[in-house]
Amino acid sequence: MSDLFTADERARFDAGLSELLSHYPADRKRAAMLPVLRLVQSLKGWIPPEAMKLVAEKLETTPERVQEVATFYVMFHTQKPGKYVIDVCTNLSCSLRGAEGMLAYLERRLGTKAGTNGDKYFLRETECLASCGTAPCLQVNEDHHENLDKAKLDKLLETLT
Amino acid sequence: MNVEKVVTRNWGKPGQNTLQGYKQGGGYAQLKKALELTPDAVVAEVKKSNLRGRGGAGFPTGLKWSFVPKDNPKPKYLAINADESEPGTAKDRFILENDPHSLLEGIGIACWALGAHTCYIYARGEFKYPSAVLDKAIAEAYRDGIFGKKLMGKDGFALDVYQVRGAGAYICGEETALLESLEGKKGWPRLKPPFPAVVGLFGCPTVVNNVETIASLPPIFEKGAEWFAKLGAEKSGGTRLVTLSGAVKRPGTYEVAMHTSIKDLIFDAEYGQGLPNGRKVKAVIPGGSSAPVLTADEIDVKLEFDAFKPLQSMAGSGGVIVLDDSTCAVRSLWRVARFYAEESCGQCTPCREGQPWMARLLRKIEEGRGETKDLETLMGVAKSIAPWPPIGLGNTICALGDAGALPVQSFVQKFKSEFEQHIAQHRCPYGDKPWGHYGDFA
Ligand SMILES: Cc1cc2nc3c(=O)[nH]c(=O)nc-3n(C[C@H](O)[C@H](O)[C@H](O)COP(=O)(O)O)c2cc1C
Repeated sequence: MSDLFTADERARFDAGLSELLSHYPADRKRAAMLPVLRLVQSLKGWIPPEAMKLVAEKLETTPERVQEVATFYVMFHTQKPGKYVIDVCTNLSCSLRGAEGMLAYLERRLGTKAGTNGDKYFLRETECLASCGTAPCLQVNEDHHENLDKAKLDKLLETLT
Repeated sequence: MNVEKVVTRNWGKPGQNTLQGYKQGGGYAQLKKALELTPDAVVAEVKKSNLRGRGGAGFPTGLKWSFVPKDNPKPKYLAINADESEPGTAKDRFILENDPHSLLEGIGIACWALGAHTCYIYARGEFKYPSAVLDKAIAEAYRDGIFGKKLMGKDGFALDVYQVRGAGAYICGEETALLESLEGKKGWPRLKPPFPAVVGLFGCPTVVNNVETIASLPPIFEKGAEWFAKLGAEKSGGTRLVTLSGAVKRPGTYEVAMHTSIKDLIFDAEYGQGLPNGRKVKAVIPGGSSAPVLTADEIDVKLEFDAFKPLQSMAGSGGVIVLDDSTCAVRSLWRVARFYAEESCGQCTPCREGQPWMARLLRKIEEGRGETKDLETLMGVAKSIAPWPPIGLGNTICALGDAGALPVQSFVQKFKSEFEQHIAQHRCPYGDKPWGHYGDFA
């Protein structure tokens, strides 16, 4: 456990955990699962197996239960992702307004294929992001960008150094 | 069209997403007023207003509240559904971004009516910015003494409000999957009955309501239930938010009157302004991608909840997606089917196996490899998940099964010749270029 967190991360984890547990009845610690996994991911960039053990212990459940949750939800990374996780919505409303072309353009520009995790980029297709009236859209490390056109996208890509 | 603004009344006003701005516009006065009424009187007002759930089913809100048992000694909960994931739907996030305090004031009113002392707002995980605005608003409300030990200073009535962020799973918008997720589990829906109002979060009575539903409460208490009911049409009170997307000149999120038709929404100068480049309407998905598709002849229908019944479709979550005459029906449906295949939670066999099967068959047909028997198989699989019409005959624990099976049956029934053409010509008659006449990513 000692090498999972630095001292600073450990302090932030402990503080976050006790705040989160206070949101639930005392006998329902497991309810804090999603927020606690989110906390781990914000500290480590992903959810390593040792972290699942730690979370299980703190929430008084088993590592299997934690893993079940960590693998059910697509936003939890159980493998270390590239520096920039780029989620492109290709659902119907975005596709009608160019999302497929945008994805192909990103593949060319970034030299990667959608669905492949690299050191720098993890480009993925994702499902509807509630930007249907402001399509097409994508998220970079959860930051939302919408009403995209080529000029806007090029500008955004320049910031991904 | 001149629609009275209700849910969007504060949008775009500077400072409106702060407590100070909201209070300057009279905010939290309605919570104060509601706290002077008995909880039963609050429920009665909501019933009188004809407020109906904006999450998709259009269920009467006051009636849902009255299912919470009075004699149950367990704590009661309110859960706000901010999971907004039905393709085509983008409205709740704008409430969170522009006017979070009207949701919070509505939560205060609802919790008083329900006798709930804890409310969890379940926001979809991808809502980084909307969630940040909401967190700030919640913190402001605590600091101001609105939430906490005494709701708005009311002795003996505590209210705690927490935001919980999801982590990317469409199924968690289904109310019982949402409760499972709130309990820290994967989002597998529960069998109903018992309904959440009786056995919900942690086994306690729980009301699940959509963001827009609850954000409608302050205006109802400001101007009166009768005003709200009259503003609406038939048995649907108020106005509603709709998201217009796809082949229109001006896509966006609009507040419309219940009697506004889909046709007006697409063509009116205040809304969609028609289709670009002289294109024509081919089809419209009227209430999020799970709603059975309408043909161009069927779009003169009001956006009110009951108006879609004769068409065997639904107003759903207000996601109106317009397909023009240059868009392939098979490809559109394949795209929709992929979503439900991806998002099936895996609990019920017809949905877990059937949704990916339908997506594979549609891909086969779209790519020109389809055979005549594939159409029959496709319809057979869809019917085994949820036969249509009418809506509501699903064979699965939750309605995600129906959500994937209805589009398939309606598209095939209404655009059958196009499916047959793909099969006969061994190719897509619309070609296989990437989609999107409006994009410029060549
Ligand atoms: C598969 C599925 C997904 C759903 N997704 C959402 C959603 O994202 N947001 C929502 O408010 N309701 C959603 N619902 C509807 C909820 O189950 C529930 O009816 C609603 O939150 C109740 O609130 P209301 O009465 O205020 O509409 C979904 C239902 C199903 C079957």
